[in-house]
Amino acid sequence: MSIIVDHVSYVYSEGNAYESKALNDISFQIEDGEFIGLIGHTGSGKSTLVQHLNGLLRATGGSIYYNGADIYDLDYDMKTLRSKVGLVFQYPEHQLFEVDVFQDVCFGPKNLGLTKAETELSAYTALKQVGIADEYFYQSPFDLSGGEKRKVAIAGVLAMKPEVLILDEPTAGLDPRGRDEILDLIARLREENGMTIILVSHSMEDVAKYVGRIMVMNHGGLVYDDTPKEVFKYYHELEAIGLEAPQTIYIMNQLRAKGLPVRAEALTTEEARDEILRVYHRA
Amino acid sequence: MIRDITLGQYYPTNSILHKMDPRVKLVGTLIFIISLFLFDSIYGYLAATVFLAMVIKLSKVPFSFMVKGLKAIMILMLITVVFNLFLTPGETLVSFWKLTITKEGARTAAFMVIRLTYLIIGSSIMTLTTTPNNLTDGMEKLLNPLRVIKVPVHEVAMMMSIALSFIPILLEETDKIMKAQMARGADFESGNLIKKAKSLIPLLVPLFISAFRRANDLAMAMEARCYRGGEGRTKMKPLIYKKRDYMAYGSLVIYLAVIICVNIVLR
Repeated sequence: MSIIVDHVSYVYSEGNAYESKALNDISFQIEDGEFIGLIGHTGSGKSTLVQHLNGLLRATGGSIYYNGADIYDLDYDMKTLRSKVGLVFQYPEHQLFEVDVFQDVCFGPKNLGLTKAETELSAYTALKQVGIADEYFYQSPFDLSGGEKRKVAIAGVLAMKPEVLILDEPTAGLDPRGRDEILDLIARLREENGMTIILVSHSMEDVAKYVGRIMVMNHGGLVYDDTPKEVFKYYHELEAIGLEAPQTIYIMNQLRAKGLPVRAEALTTEEARDEILRVYHRA
Repeated sequence: MIRDITLGQYYPTNSILHKMDPRVKLVGTLIFIISLFLFDSIYGYLAATVFLAMVIKLSKVPFSFMVKGLKAIMILMLITVVFNLFLTPGETLVSFWKLTITKEGARTAAFMVIRLTYLIIGSSIMTLTTTPNNLTDGMEKLLNPLRVIKVPVHEVAMMMSIALSFIPILLEETDKIMKAQMARGADFESGNLIKKAKSLIPLLVPLFISAFRRANDLAMAMEARCYRGGEGRTKMKPLIYKKRDYMAYGSLVIYLAVIICVNIVLR
């Protein structure tokens, strides 16, 4: 059970002046239950890449396998793929349309052809999972706050019971509290449902503390693909492609440069604190 | 899928036509379209073809890109051909069942197809080589005399340029919304007409909401920068005729003279 991306390339508007290479020969494999951060600055191709994983875009070269089956096979069922690989887009405004929150979340399971009872049950479960209170169920989705809208959008995809959940910039435009709420929610979803999660972001700070693997994209190519600690060793190189490692990485590296024997790989403030205290107490 | 619409699109290259004053291109397109309906002889078409071929060559836009725009009017063209072919009275050419094709009918049908094709290609060359902003600038300047009879020329031009600049934005938005709904299992292609129409609701609602929100934001931004219409407004890049523009006007006059001569002499 895995996703295999094999030498995938994608060219926009092939053959005229608008032609641009969005993906350039990308290969990787994702195992079940992984928590992945896909990082890159604007225009690096990360959004294009995730739209390939559920078949919304068709690669101009290469192939993609989901659970061993080639998704470009003629008789491959794209609708099932889209329910198994759930993709939540950046702006909830792009998908909310129903008169109330509950019916909007019902849209996905209804499209899968579930019965009314099954549809409503999965919608209810999904809304509960993302922590939307009952009193919001019959409100218009357009009256919600930015953070709530995003939760409803996530629930709209969760209701289809995906095995893989991809979130495109789920924290963009949220305040720090809204951001932490969404990120904690995603981490909880993974623990409770054992889903594979791919978190697309341009902010290292956001994902570093949650994910087990970071893939860095630049100019349509995959530059780094490793654990956060390994990737952040290249923080100078990351800067050159417009990405910043978490602040703690900078602090620890500067402390080392000043001669303090700390390990430079603290990802969160807490880790950094413990590491500094450890060295401090030893001295 | 939705990006394939090329009618009215701009094609960025660096040709002499791209650099030309938009007023010349507007007047030229108008003259070309009128000329298409002036003549009725094979020589007139020959002149128009030569002229169009030269302009296409000058524009440096791939010919295949222009032809794409023709697909949109295929059906209209077909209807015109059928009507002209069968309903023009005159000398019978072929006759089967209740339908007769006349010599005159075949002639008008063929000419009509050529006219429509040239009309579309001619006007798409203008939009392909002119940015929407430039186009409305040119239109505003050309229509300026109408201000005397209280036509709000600037406001109309501003509305046009806003509408034009929103087309690509809303197209992109449509693309994104479609994808977001397809990711939730929406199906925009299969089913009968009623089912298809119904499947558009999840697309149209977010699109309209977004269009209204954008319009609101834009109005706010314009007001915040004290926009109050065309009164006393100056341009950052005013349109000024250059040598190549006069030359272009010159070639237009020559073209028009040729067409008129052909029409009179070779009737």
